[in-house]
Amino acid sequence: MRSTTRRGLVIATTLTLLLTSTACGSDDGPGSGAPVPGVTDTEIVVGTHMPLTGPASAGYSKIAPATKAYFDYVNANGGVHGRKITYKVMDDGYNPATTQQVVRQLVLQDKVFAILNGLGTPTHTGVLDFLHTNRVPDLFVASGSRSWDQPDRYPNTFGFNPDYTVEGKILANHVKTTMPGRTVCFLGQDDDFGRDALAGVETVLGADGVAARQTYVTSNTNVAPQIGAFKAAGCEVVILATVPGFTALSVGTAARLDFRPQWVVSNVGADLPTLSRQLGEAAALLEGLIGLNYLPMQGDSDDPWIQLFTKVNAEHNGGAEFDGNTVYGMAVGYLFVQVLQAAGKDLTRESLVEAVGRGGYQGPGVAPLRFSATDHSGYGGGRLSRVEGGEQRYFGPTYETDESDGPVNEYTAPPVAPPANGVPSA
Amino acid sequence: MSATRAAASVRAAAVDPARRGRSLPTVVRHLVVAAGVALLVLMVSYQLDSFRNFQLATVAAYLCATAGLTVLTGLCGQLSLGHGALMATGAYTLALVQNAFAERGLTAGGLLVVSLVVAALATVVVGAVVGVAAARLRGPYLAGLTLAVAVVVPALTVTFDGVFNGEQGLAVPVAPAPAGLGSYFPHERWQLWVATVATLLCLVLLANLVRSRYGRSFRAVRDDEVAARLAGIHVARTQVVAFVISAGSAGLGGALLAVLAQSVSPGAFGLTLSLFLLMAVVIGGLGRLAGAAWGAFLLVALPDLTHSLTNLFTLSPAAAQRLEGNLPLAIFGSTLIAVMIAAPGGVQGLLSRLVRALRARWPAGRS
Amino acid sequence: MDRFLFLTLDGLSRGAVYAAFALALVLIWRAGRIVNFAQGAMAVAAAYVAYSVTAATGSYWLGFGAALLAGLLLGAVVDVAVMRLVDHRSPLNPVIVALGLVLLIQAVLGMVYGNEYLPARAPFSRTALTVGGTAVLSPYDLFVFATVGVVGAALVWIFTRTAIGLRMRAAAFAPEVSRLLGVNVGGMLTLGWALASGVGALAAMLVIPTGLGLHPYAMDLVFVSAFTAAVLGGLDSPPGAVVGGLGVGLLLSYVSGYAGGDLIPLAVLALLLTVLLLRPGGLFAPVTARRV
Repeated sequence: MRSTTRRGLVIATTLTLLLTSTACGSDDGPGSGAPVPGVTDTEIVVGTHMPLTGPASAGYSKIAPATKAYFDYVNANGGVHGRKITYKVMDDGYNPATTQQVVRQLVLQDKVFAILNGLGTPTHTGVLDFLHTNRVPDLFVASGSRSWDQPDRYPNTFGFNPDYTVEGKILANHVKTTMPGRTVCFLGQDDDFGRDALAGVETVLGADGVAARQTYVTSNTNVAPQIGAFKAAGCEVVILATVPGFTALSVGTAARLDFRPQWVVSNVGADLPTLSRQLGEAAALLEGLIGLNYLPMQGDSDDPWIQLFTKVNAEHNGGAEFDGNTVYGMAVGYLFVQVLQAAGKDLTRESLVEAVGRGGYQGPGVAPLRFSATDHSGYGGGRLSRVEGGEQRYFGPTYETDESDGPVNEYTAPPVAPPANGVPSA
Repeated sequence: MSATRAAASVRAAAVDPARRGRSLPTVVRHLVVAAGVALLVLMVSYQLDSFRNFQLATVAAYLCATAGLTVLTGLCGQLSLGHGALMATGAYTLALVQNAFAERGLTAGGLLVVSLVVAALATVVVGAVVGVAAARLRGPYLAGLTLAVAVVVPALTVTFDGVFNGEQGLAVPVAPAPAGLGSYFPHERWQLWVATVATLLCLVLLANLVRSRYGRSFRAVRDDEVAARLAGIHVARTQVVAFVISAGSAGLGGALLAVLAQSVSPGAFGLTLSLFLLMAVVIGGLGRLAGAAWGAFLLVALPDLTHSLTNLFTLSPAAAQRLEGNLPLAIFGSTLIAVMIAAPGGVQGLLSRLVRALRARWPAGRS
Repeated sequence: MDRFLFLTLDGLSRGAVYAAFALALVLIWRAGRIVNFAQGAMAVAAAYVAYSVTAATGSYWLGFGAALLAGLLLGAVVDVAVMRLVDHRSPLNPVIVALGLVLLIQAVLGMVYGNEYLPARAPFSRTALTVGGTAVLSPYDLFVFATVGVVGAALVWIFTRTAIGLRMRAAAFAPEVSRLLGVNVGGMLTLGWALASGVGALAAMLVIPTGLGLHPYAMDLVFVSAFTAAVLGGLDSPPGAVVGGLGVGLLLSYVSGYAGGDLIPLAVLALLLTVLLLRPGGLFAPVTARRV
């Protein structure tokens, strides 16, 4: 026993000696001519965190491959300012603890230039402070939470999706103007998504304009009690702030309770291919469903953007099934390339963030991107779509609004066509 | 048979003071080892890059929890599927206390110690409540109850979102490294130091406990409850004590995780975490604190390794869509199965077997 | 009152599936003293087999049969190729191996079929029949009740009335004696695994059409509910599993109907605490003599 202690002391002393010799000479700060992390003359390394596995991965796992495919397409066309984009996709399984690990791995070890399109409110919220302290550009977060729009606190963070409140206001505005006098009800996810969307709906319809409010938790896949309550309350219009799985579940459950209201669905849960795949033979129930979107409609083969993205999908994404997630991923890729072009040849983290903050980007989106020095939220509106004859099509004008009690206005700027080679120029 | 075993462990207790007199007191021995490890970590922290420092810090945080679970499951024989929830309790307590400090303008780094202690104490209280209920239950019934606890705690953060801010969780304000270390001192190295010191203190306490009268009662209860009762041990009380101690360490581990992540959210403390902690202690080697250390290490290293392994292959986009994410999980699962079949005693059991085999070959080498 | 009736019926039809799945857990517990945490993943794998067969042949019932067969086979394979090799002296080792199996099976399913939701067909209409203006059960609910009832009865019959059932019980409760009496104890254990896994597959076929769809993780939540149900009823008791399953189904339905879905875990914990503190071995625990 005593010998163990003695040995321990010897080891400890040796360690101390070793330590004093190693402690010197590290911890230099970055010099003025230090290279930009993740950027060389030939390459830009960008990273993201996405749920590729786990219960939340359905649908979302297709986004990052689509973005990557668009980058591969750009690379094949000569890259951006002679640099090729490498996209490192890390699976976090929608678990915030894993997000902590993989984002640090991307930033500290893989030395990525920026984090692009990290997905999820709870997951990404956890790394905001880390990314801020390390001054990593944190672009186009894939969630409609308001947390990304805090330029004072997180100057390098920018959103992409429209705010859930904005969506709620536009959907409610449509209900108010085209379906007056109907009994309106609301089903939302029991988190900031559902809460913010409901806030938007109530801003337009008034608190007493919503006859019944219900929430669901993702850990219980039975919404019959909620839908049953809607039926009992005589709801004629049901506004959903639901993820695709629960949109399909709600529609299916209502059908078997012989309850057929007008469904009005927020963007997150309104992608027709995703919903029909889940409903299978019951996909006909989606007829008449009203949704909101701000990107080209995935089924609109006349749209030049869809033509471009379909081509990229075939050439660089193994011809994966083409749905709203594919369009979303490619739109993110396109916007990032636009921003890189705007940031110029002397690419630094500061020049990139400055370029995003300058704003004025127009791409595939039908709604305006709101980026400015004081606004870091993403798309500021959307256009309504309806399912008719098994196809989801836009109708009516595009709307824009803010997340407080401003009016819902029409947005009239004409859409732009993609550049001939499909790569934005400087 | 087992009655004699239990009696033997009680007899050993009586003999122990005499044995202790011959060498350094256990506390001192453990403190010396802890100081050695601390120095080693200190040195290593300068050699490794920031990400490895952070990973090591995470290992330290998990180690608190796995060590606590080892005491409960390995020593006292009680199964818990709810340690993730206890970690959540510690993490949220720390977040609330740190936020309360920050709101009152108290930003001194030293206050973190207070928060960590409060977090551990709060978890002790929760552990006591669960432990009292758990002491009546055995085997799968205990598993069922603790599993329900594991599901409830994250759900409560959504129910009481006014306090816990629902799924999004809370930010945890943590003071940066002391200015004296230099303005470019990597934050991750500082995090590793903090986590190491806290974890080592926790381990020293646990190691002493394992060697104390309580540790022997734990083992006696695990081996045979009836015999332990005959030997005068109050079984239920012993089990509650084990649960409380285990909860305290898990709470500290959770609090450290919150410090590292600078945020807490319920998704990080789901049922998966509880199951992974259990996997960690069994794969590491159930029943010994060294096994808990292996377990904590593997918990951080295995996902990283499997990811690096899959990165060795270049995949076509179509194959990548199917394999990315899934392949690491498949490797992880297969490793678990293979290790459990090849080394039922876990990593530490395997090492002990190796050491024994070597010693048998060179008996003269022993001092 | 309508609402109460609606929630009750909805809860019962949910609960019937939990009961079936809990039965599967009880079967393995009785056969080998193992809580099979891989039950959910194994059942999902069988449901994917059904999906493939149905997609290839167009027949739901061929897929249904294939799932049951796949379930039986998978159970036997898991026992022979994996569980038999595990050191059972520490009761936790099989649990960890089962958790490893969960990861492996879910990952392989994700690779083969992708992590997207696939539609799950129900063989009968899920539209509720209305009696006097109140929506009651759907034909599919009736099918679920009938199937679970038949399976429960068949299990009771096998265990109490057949020689093979007697041998299985003997092998589980007194392996050494049974071996001396010429019972193939290992074979009986494998049979137990196969049966349990077959029942699990059946439960998956019944529950997946009522959820989000077919997905590698589709049974995770069902597993948690069914395990709770089995614990409530007592892991040794098939009737306990049925009562536990129906009880959990009702509780879930009432709580989310009257109070809100976020309170479900709390309600489940409260129910477990109440039952287990009164009866630490579950509702249907056999009466045992005090050990000291």
